[in-house]
Amino acid sequence: MGEQLINQVLWPVLGILAIVLPLVITVALYVWWERKVLGWMHVRMGPNKVGPFGLLQAFADVTKLLLKEVILPTSANKVLYYLAPLIALVPALAAWAVIPFNDKLVLANVNAGLLYLLAMTSLGVYGIILAGWASNSRYALLGAMRSAAQVISYELAMGLCLVCVLVLAGSLNLTDIVHAQAGKKGIFEWFMWPLLPVFVIYFISGVAETNRAPFDVAEGESEIVAGFHVEYSGSAFALFFLAEYANMILVSFLASILFMGGWLSPFPASWGFLGADSILWLFAKVFVFAFLFLWFRASFPRYRYDQIMRLGWKVFIPITIVWVLVAGCMKYFGWVTVGTGG
Amino acid sequence: MIDSNMFQLVCFYAFAAVTVVAALGVITLRNSVHAVLSLVLTFFSTACIWLLAEAEFLAIALIVVYVGAVMVLFLFVVMMLDIKQEQVREGFIKYLPVGIIVALVMLGEMLGLIGVRAMHETVMGANPAALNGVPVSNTEWLGHALYTQFLLPFEIAALILTVGVVAAVVLTLRQRTGVRHQQASQQVRVNARDRVRVVKMAAEVPVAPQPAPGKETTP
Repeated sequence: MGEQLINQVLWPVLGILAIVLPLVITVALYVWWERKVLGWMHVRMGPNKVGPFGLLQAFADVTKLLLKEVILPTSANKVLYYLAPLIALVPALAAWAVIPFNDKLVLANVNAGLLYLLAMTSLGVYGIILAGWASNSRYALLGAMRSAAQVISYELAMGLCLVCVLVLAGSLNLTDIVHAQAGKKGIFEWFMWPLLPVFVIYFISGVAETNRAPFDVAEGESEIVAGFHVEYSGSAFALFFLAEYANMILVSFLASILFMGGWLSPFPASWGFLGADSILWLFAKVFVFAFLFLWFRASFPRYRYDQIMRLGWKVFIPITIVWVLVAGCMKYFGWVTVGTGG
Repeated sequence: MIDSNMFQLVCFYAFAAVTVVAALGVITLRNSVHAVLSLVLTFFSTACIWLLAEAEFLAIALIVVYVGAVMVLFLFVVMMLDIKQEQVREGFIKYLPVGIIVALVMLGEMLGLIGVRAMHETVMGANPAALNGVPVSNTEWLGHALYTQFLLPFEIAALILTVGVVAAVVLTLRQRTGVRHQQASQQVRVNARDRVRVVKMAAEVPVAPQPAPGKETTP
């Protein structure tokens, strides 16, 4: 009984904590880094008062948010209003269960990992829609509507991108997908080369899925104040914030794992430490993608709603459909060989 | 000691109970958004039951397709509607007999089906999810079956869905006159030169205003 309890309950719970706690801290640091980067790009200092380099600013903000009152708007739907931030957060955290950090380091090495990820990322939109509806506010409802349409549109393109990856890798298991990108040619075995257009579309769709600039019409602070979470305050708002940033980091991880070889090193194995496959490479790749999110935000003006729809339906989906065919040909005629092993 | 079979059974009944309660909620809840949400819960717990039966692909496809896409659109539409609750309840008595008849016919059909199945009780065959005797995952087996054994029905189903999409577009497409469309390709090709003209002008020197006499005392 005791041993079974430890194996089936204690270890998974410890594993979950070992992922979620660093994730939450990473989100706090990521927010700090975002404000710093935005500041530098605007020729400002960014936060620099709390702690060394302003590092504790994010933690101070979290403390402030947690101590504030959660205000319930009049005639809001009470149950759904409080439930919505949780519904947004739970899929954002649950998706991390199948992310492999390393050859062995994965919480759940499931065979249908890619499908599971698709399912979890498609659930996140409920939190946004319910928040918008339950707030009983025009602006919130407008934000929710925009977000729903946008997420559904870009999910299709994203799903087709994943189809390309799984055609080449021949597996839905994320660890196997990374293994399929190992080989003698090192960096040139990564899926980003044969699937270059798909890789670009995947990341752009990821930015759109997480409602980040330049696709942040769901928040659109210049038109609809803050969109779906305009009525939220205190810890409820903090949960939305956490979900959004956890999703951004998740998209960065997925782009690294699916297209850039995850933990594989870009250098030949003879380079010693630099050539060794390690979790540090994964983190380095993730950092690049996470930085791109911020770079986009500082560089591009917001898309108009109809332009977002046009880009998703008329540009991305046709390109990805064609590339599914191209990937099939690559696999069938053996233009791309995968899984030769490192 | 926790018996794994026992645990699975408990889970099954828990999921099944949630499914039934949520399905009842779909038809009894007055608020239409709540009804849609309990339909979402019904789908979700059904997916859980399927996962217990090791039909992982079907379970996740149910969540991706129905919960992730179809029900979001449902919610989208229902949230936009401004339904008066009294109006919805108005026809309840009027339509009750029709509803009862439909329910009874469905019950009869279901019982008949169960009876037929019970009479022709078949012994469970070999694990269908085994390819050449080697057990593979449910997803892999479904993929093989769909693209080899059932290729033609699969393609026909895809074709029917495409026809449905085209039909929906044609039905809702209205040719309106006097509508201005933006041509994205033309917008992209525009030069700054065509839109903005920079005019060089000599700076105008302001003439110092002469203070009118007698108007010095402003309030």
